[in-house]
Amino acid sequence: MCGIIGFIDKTKSTMDGSKIKAALSLMNERGSGDGAGYVAYGIYPDYADCYALHVFFDNMVEPKTKVDEILHRWGTVVHQEEIPTVEQPGLKRVHTPWRYFFKPFDDMIGGKVGSEKDIIKHIVMEVNSSINGALIFSSGKNMGVFKASGWPEEVADFYRIEDYEGYIWLAHNRYPTNSPGWWGGAHPFNLLDWSVVHNGEITSYGTNQRYVEGYGYKCTLLTDTEVVAYLFDLLGRQHELPTETVVKALAPPFWDEIDRMPPAEEELHRAIRLTYGSALMNGPFAIVVASNEGIVGFTDRIKLRPLVVGENGDKLYISSEESAMRVLDPEVKNVRTPRAGEPIIGRFNA
Amino acid sequence: MSLGSIPPKYKVSIDREQCMDCGRCIENCSYGTFRREGDKILIQSRKCTACLRCVSMCPRDAISLTENPVDYRSHPLWTREAREDIIKQARSGKIILAGMGNASNLPSIFDRLLLDACQVTNPSIDPLREPMELRTYIGKKPSKLEFKKTEAGDVELATKLSPNLKLETPIMIGHMSYGAISLNAHLSMAKAAKETGTFMGTGEGGLHRKLYPYQGNMIVQVASGRFGVNVDYLERGAAIEIKIGQGAKPGIGGHLPGEKVSAEVSRTRMIPLGSDAISPAPHHDIYSIEDLVQLVRSLKEATEWKKPVFVKIAAVHNVAAIAAGIARSSADAVVIDGSRGGTGAAPKVFRDHVGIPIEGAIASVDQKLREQGTRNEVSIIASGGMRNSADLAKSIALGADAVYIGTAALISMGCRVCGNCYRGLCPWGIATQRQDLVDRLDPEQGAMQVSNLIHAWTLELSELMGAAGINSIESMRGNRDRLRGYMLDEGILEVLDVKNAGA
Repeated sequence: MCGIIGFIDKTKSTMDGSKIKAALSLMNERGSGDGAGYVAYGIYPDYADCYALHVFFDNMVEPKTKVDEILHRWGTVVHQEEIPTVEQPGLKRVHTPWRYFFKPFDDMIGGKVGSEKDIIKHIVMEVNSSINGALIFSSGKNMGVFKASGWPEEVADFYRIEDYEGYIWLAHNRYPTNSPGWWGGAHPFNLLDWSVVHNGEITSYGTNQRYVEGYGYKCTLLTDTEVVAYLFDLLGRQHELPTETVVKALAPPFWDEIDRMPPAEEELHRAIRLTYGSALMNGPFAIVVASNEGIVGFTDRIKLRPLVVGENGDKLYISSEESAMRVLDPEVKNVRTPRAGEPIIGRFNA
Repeated sequence: MSLGSIPPKYKVSIDREQCMDCGRCIENCSYGTFRREGDKILIQSRKCTACLRCVSMCPRDAISLTENPVDYRSHPLWTREAREDIIKQARSGKIILAGMGNASNLPSIFDRLLLDACQVTNPSIDPLREPMELRTYIGKKPSKLEFKKTEAGDVELATKLSPNLKLETPIMIGHMSYGAISLNAHLSMAKAAKETGTFMGTGEGGLHRKLYPYQGNMIVQVASGRFGVNVDYLERGAAIEIKIGQGAKPGIGGHLPGEKVSAEVSRTRMIPLGSDAISPAPHHDIYSIEDLVQLVRSLKEATEWKKPVFVKIAAVHNVAAIAAGIARSSADAVVIDGSRGGTGAAPKVFRDHVGIPIEGAIASVDQKLREQGTRNEVSIIASGGMRNSADLAKSIALGADAVYIGTAALISMGCRVCGNCYRGLCPWGIATQRQDLVDRLDPEQGAMQVSNLIHAWTLELSELMGAAGINSIESMRGNRDRLRGYMLDEGILEVLDVKNAGA
């Protein structure tokens, strides 16, 4: 089941987290109190040029020492602190959420690590696959994921989500079947700037996993959604495909439709399917992905999960349910349900 | 004779109450098991091969055939087979020949792999109501797409696609040569390939002119004997396949006995009438991977880079590294033929003891190509003992793009897997060149049966995919997460990268 919601203000005017908490809580019918999470972009303007690494530590001794060691090897920690939290009666604190503001050394770029972002990707993969008791769950610039096991209100209050001001928000209300109770299994999933909230189950996970693992990504989070973040990072960042093309690779038109397209378009879509067949995502899903450029929402090719879209001036809303959107903005207009596989894209105004 | 004879393998009997004395058994048996003496039909069971032609044609169901019950002194090591092989070789001093696929008693890995289905958390998809895509492209694919901006400011595709074969179903018909099998068998399969939107291999026997109407669905083979190869032949094929090896007999060549080289076979193969056609073990111009690269390029040059070129190898121990080498050439697909692959004739010791099963080969090749970042450079076509749509689905889930069927296609035309193909007396008109026998196989009827089989497996594959919540074959390919192993040991599970049932 699961409920998702996404918001972007194209003028980069920010909104605090209180409304998104209210909107997400409205969809509690879609969750089970086993996981909720938020991601906001634009929240760390003072450290905008640093990668904000959010980490769950099981304890502050061995895992943290090891993470510190890796970070010092690859760059400078400009600032670090415990993420401020407030104990909640219904939420059992199993990790200590921590954040580093981190700058990689330029001179570490080389070989397979071709950019700053490759360094971050490498650090995330190494920590998450080899250090027991440490999990980097957010690693982009000027953005951050806040998630835990619990109901949306509890998780929001735990992180004092109303203290953050963002121009993009995604939120997720979880009904887990795969890995309940594990904070790492809550959404959003993130790598670098990419954050994903997902309602559904990816039946092509094994294929997608084998595909991204061929490019050095390691699927360690015991749930299918993380692969979506890696697919966006691979296709969108490394292969530099436009967002529309990424969505066409992940949820392509059927061959019947492609066969009927004009020749140039037919060739393009055939090329996408031939090249990125292993990236095609099957099974029921509705997904919203955010990056520092905007948000995109889409569903599987036969729309087995709900997704509605609404607008109000420069604000775009994407959600599992219209009612949640109306909590965020009672004035929301042009509410519609996109077609299966149709990308709904919100970008900042130029 | 100091050795005496070995016991007949089969025992044939006629229920005389039922028999109407029509003599169809005598007419149908090309091995001479039945004969008439006076008003009685006599049986010589020793000649029987269990091809079941007589049983199938008897209008009264009067004929019974059993494996001849003979008990040797039981012994776990010295089996009946072990003893009889020695007796045969003591008599002949020769290599023992055998037909069809591996007959050793090793368990099938396919049978211990289980497929998945959806329940509750994701809906299964009904192929009768929703689109189900099995279309498969075989050939080289880009590993990433590049775009360029036009002068008008539009974004257009800069990457050029290589030629690919478009299959409507991931089932292809493997290479069985004209010569080894009859023209009517070839015609049946060629018509079926065209009708079902797939492709068929010519084998190393050239392309008979009666198959020209189907050339758009034919893959022409270039093997070590180069029989039937000229530029016209290459140009007629939709794709070209270089055969390096065969799963039933890795490391050795082929031998078509002169008795099978009829006038038509001789013309098609471009060899003298009645002469033995011997394909050497290696290609005499390929002694290393770089020689193969040259042959691939030569074939591409000869056909103006318009056709995909496949390379077929037997699944041997180092198959993954060999396939990785092939992926670095200009080849468009690698065909892996597993150790249960069929053959008209192979030395029994090769058929039963050389090479590895296709399941492990697909898994290790797919893995190696992914590790090296060359998986998109070649398609993987798996073959060797594909018995049903489950074997097909499991092959794809392990990482194959498509499969070749061989024996299954022959069975759909009447073959009963008696394994005497090399004798040229096939009573079903398949593995023979004797015209009266060939005439028994009607190409129209045969084509219908082969297409029925392909349709049936395609339908079953659609249902299996739908049940797994998958509506496109791409999402089945390499999806080992949807397989579980049952009673497979840890070592094999690791090679297959498949979890245990329940895990």
